[in-house]
Amino acid sequence: MSRLLEAHQLEFHRYGNPVFRPLDVALQAGRAIVLTGPNGVGKTTLLRLLAGILAPVSGTLQHNARVAFVGHLPAVKGDLTCRENLDYERRVGPPGLELAEALAQVGLAGLGSRPSRALSAGQKRRLGLARLLVRKTPVWLLDEPYASLDDAGCAGVDQLINRHLADGGGVVLATHQRHPRVDASQLDNIVLQAGIVEDEQQ
Amino acid sequence: MIGTGSASALFRRDMKLAFRRLGESLLPLFFLFTVIVLIPLGVGPGPNLLARMAPGMIWVAALLASLLALEHLFRPDLEDGTLEQWFVGERSVYRRVLARLFSHWLITGLPVILFSPLAAEMLHLPRHALGTLIISLLIGTPALSLLGGLAASLTLSTRGASVLLSILIFPLIVPLVIFATGAVSMAADSLDPNAHLGLLAAFTILSLTLAPIGIAAALRMNLE
Repeated sequence: MSRLLEAHQLEFHRYGNPVFRPLDVALQAGRAIVLTGPNGVGKTTLLRLLAGILAPVSGTLQHNARVAFVGHLPAVKGDLTCRENLDYERRVGPPGLELAEALAQVGLAGLGSRPSRALSAGQKRRLGLARLLVRKTPVWLLDEPYASLDDAGCAGVDQLINRHLADGGGVVLATHQRHPRVDASQLDNIVLQAGIVEDEQQ
Repeated sequence: MIGTGSASALFRRDMKLAFRRLGESLLPLFFLFTVIVLIPLGVGPGPNLLARMAPGMIWVAALLASLLALEHLFRPDLEDGTLEQWFVGERSVYRRVLARLFSHWLITGLPVILFSPLAAEMLHLPRHALGTLIISLLIGTPALSLLGGLAASLTLSTRGASVLLSILIFPLIVPLVIFATGAVSMAADSLDPNAHLGLLAAFTILSLTLAPIGIAAALRMNLE
């Protein structure tokens, strides 16, 4: 199986302290990695490192496929409509689903011409997820994808993930609310340990 | 190829956003207009005095108009998360930085150039110096956007950034204003302004080569 993303002995420091122990991450096509651990152990930091937003202090990171990242911020412009926001993503490319189809898949059908500023927190979240569908990006890095979504929305996320894995994509997601409903044979776990900074100071 | 696609997509979106907030986008131009109209009222309408002051006034007004929009150059993108998306899976954001600066120039620099013949007339700038004024603005205003972008990216996550931003940009633009107004004054005195324009062009080319690299690095630093 091909590796979509490989990280070797990845390390990141904040204020001179290591955030977590050096980590190896290898994402295979068709598999999902779930990052768990208490608040503040560096789940978001690790995802941002894997996305390439942060530069690691040491270690190597290799992207063998295109990467998409959905973080805490929805990464949409409030002044633009949902369609215009997705149209921008689609132009960044490579283009994936049609805009209307992507909106329908995340349960925003019919809201295409609404300014995204006028969406609720959950709807903004859904629009953020729709960004994944309008581009062809085999690697999805999702930071708390279930946050502020209702039950149907959470089930929708599971469905998106399952379909993406079936298409040969890979997913790394951080969560502490709900585990994705994905076949256990496709799932790997990384549990980040709390308090290594404190341990070293004692 | 892919880099170009993302940069042109960004440019299209920036333009769309600028037109959606037309009031905000036209503010620098309105500011420029106010300065050009009010200063003659303040210093008196004597044509000789105004003509001597015209190059400096138009250039300082252009500079302030450019500064006015700097605060919004990267900050909204930092706050809504679109800035961090620039870096996802990308080795270089150079083209996107250039695209963003180009749209900043279109909003702050180009209107000043289009408005400058009227401003020159209002300030009694000799007609034969108008060409040099426009050329100096064409060459020089991109450097304002480039250097302003550098200062804006460096102060992106600083509180009370506007003051720091102005202090940072001040020494960088002094040579720009000297060469540009020097060229226009020489043309007004019927002297050859090409030496000044050449130095101005060199200054802009230097900032065009170096500033985007610095901006890309500063933006990434601010995402930590």
